[in-house]
Amino acid sequence: MIGVALRRVGSAVPVLLLVSLITFGMMRLIPGDPAAAIAGLSATQREIEQIRADLGLDEPFLMQLLHWYGGLLQGDLGRSILMGKGVVAVTFERLPVTLGLSAYALVLTLIIGLLAGIVAALRQNTAVDQLAMMFAMIGISVPNFFLGLLMIILFSVRLGWLPTGGYIPFTEDPLGWLRSSTMPAISLAMLQAGLLARITRSTMLEVMRQDYIRTARAKGLPARQVVFKHALANALIPITTVVGIIISLLLSGAVVTEALFSIPGIGGLLTQAVLNRDYPLVQGGLLLVTAFLVLVNIGIDMLYAFLDPRVRYE
Amino acid sequence: MSLLDIRGLTTAFQTERGEITAVEDISFSLEEGEILGIVGESGSGKSVTALTVMGLLPSPPARIASGSVRFAGQELVGLSDRQMQRIRGPGIAMIFQEPMTSLNPVFRIGEQIMETIRAHERLSPRALRDRAVRMLEKVGIPSPARRMDDYPHQLSGGQRQRVMIAMALACNPRLLIADEPTTALDVTIQAQILDLLMDLRDEFGMAIMIITHNMGVVAETADRVMVMYAGRVVEQAPVETLFDAPLHPYTRGLLDCVPSLSAEKPRLVAIPGSLPEPSRRPSGCRFRPRCGLAVPACAAAIPPLDPQGPAHHVACIRATAEVPA
Repeated sequence: MIGVALRRVGSAVPVLLLVSLITFGMMRLIPGDPAAAIAGLSATQREIEQIRADLGLDEPFLMQLLHWYGGLLQGDLGRSILMGKGVVAVTFERLPVTLGLSAYALVLTLIIGLLAGIVAALRQNTAVDQLAMMFAMIGISVPNFFLGLLMIILFSVRLGWLPTGGYIPFTEDPLGWLRSSTMPAISLAMLQAGLLARITRSTMLEVMRQDYIRTARAKGLPARQVVFKHALANALIPITTVVGIIISLLLSGAVVTEALFSIPGIGGLLTQAVLNRDYPLVQGGLLLVTAFLVLVNIGIDMLYAFLDPRVRYE
Repeated sequence: MSLLDIRGLTTAFQTERGEITAVEDISFSLEEGEILGIVGESGSGKSVTALTVMGLLPSPPARIASGSVRFAGQELVGLSDRQMQRIRGPGIAMIFQEPMTSLNPVFRIGEQIMETIRAHERLSPRALRDRAVRMLEKVGIPSPARRMDDYPHQLSGGQRQRVMIAMALACNPRLLIADEPTTALDVTIQAQILDLLMDLRDEFGMAIMIITHNMGVVAETADRVMVMYAGRVVEQAPVETLFDAPLHPYTRGLLDCVPSLSAEKPRLVAIPGSLPEPSRRPSGCRFRPRCGLAVPACAAAIPPLDPQGPAHHVACIRATAEVPA
């Protein structure tokens, strides 16, 4: 178990290196100049040159990269040009908002996806199955921003039940957070829930055909124990892998959803950073988000080992 | 009253090409403590018979088209799944051909045995564990208390089949159905498992229905033999009678397939042809196309299972005909 964790942490290093290299290079490949953006429209060429020198942008590409990596090794991700604050501080201000929304969406995804998938598998080829799979298909096909818009029109504009947007921190008002996050979370979750429902269904059908399920029934176990203990425990192994992917998809999907519901999450922050060519913030922010995702995936692998004794004893 | 009494049982499967019968009009019974061998090629209906008795066939596509299955006086045909749950385990237990895949890979073997007992009896956790350890001991698992915490993948095929047997016998069933229990195992292990089953029968006194395509297994274990072909019973007899004086040409063919060291049988004789598909069964006797004794009359009607001596039944109109040299 510890071996699994160590191996995974080791393999995370090249991933982070590659991601940092790509974002660093990309930011410098796209047109636009952070110095000009800071200096404003009326600035002279000299002033711009001065700012560029202050930011270290006049150095050769390789030197800039080495400087940045040097800072990283000391735990210094630099300062945001736009915000004038440390990258870590800015990111950690906004990341929890996105994580909270994604976590809410993940809970909805798991409840809806697993339940619909299991029920559809147990009632294979019946109306229940077809209905569940039809909703899954709709969830997968309808873009989440469109679903979000439809919900705003219905629940906010027409019925006035929920706010059209805005964000209330959980720590200030949990109920307010729930009200302001429900529609964004639903619109974010539907695609993933549809995906999860379909995968859960096919996995459960596959598992229910296995010999050990026949054994469990031959022992006289109640049907619910056969399904929820013997079948689900095995089905959860491949499902867990999918959930790992779903968490990444939720985080990236949150960018669009946050924009639609005007939620001050990491998506909006990074979009602003890219538009303003805030190099340190884009590089550092993306690195932190990547590191978080790598961590999630390590967690998933640990969960995998927990669920499957064959992995654990390898 | 017999422990198990099956009368005119027909099990059918719904397929895209219409309904086919996997088991057709079979009747047999099993006494307390008796070992019945059911023999036949793959597809002859042996396993479907067993799974019908257990109520484990998926329905649809399977259905019991007619007949009755009485276990200890109780009719099993028409029982709900919930009612069958009470029979499976303490009434009838079953072990399967593939010990490698028949245990759940993610649960400890001790738990898999204990949950069987838990489903049928109220015991303290302590008593539950003690019983499970004792069962593992009975089936010959060394240091059973320690192996309780093993996962199936940590055991060999033979050990897994022993665990399956421990699990099946944990609720002291009156009938054990063993569906090809040794087919997937090494020859040396096969003999051990068969010996174990015989010993446990003597100790627990349950009846055993052993399903196999191997005449050797039958000779070693069974009191009585039932031979199936293409979904029907073709011959039934006490084991000595069947081996000494087989009457059905198919049974004779099966016995000719058994290797022997005696000089009279210099070469193995294979039965020509293969089992007909359920949808393309011939008229009359189903063995007719492969039978060396077939005459035109064999095509007229399915031969009934007629008595031919004490406890010996055979479904063949040419049963007493001379075998051509």
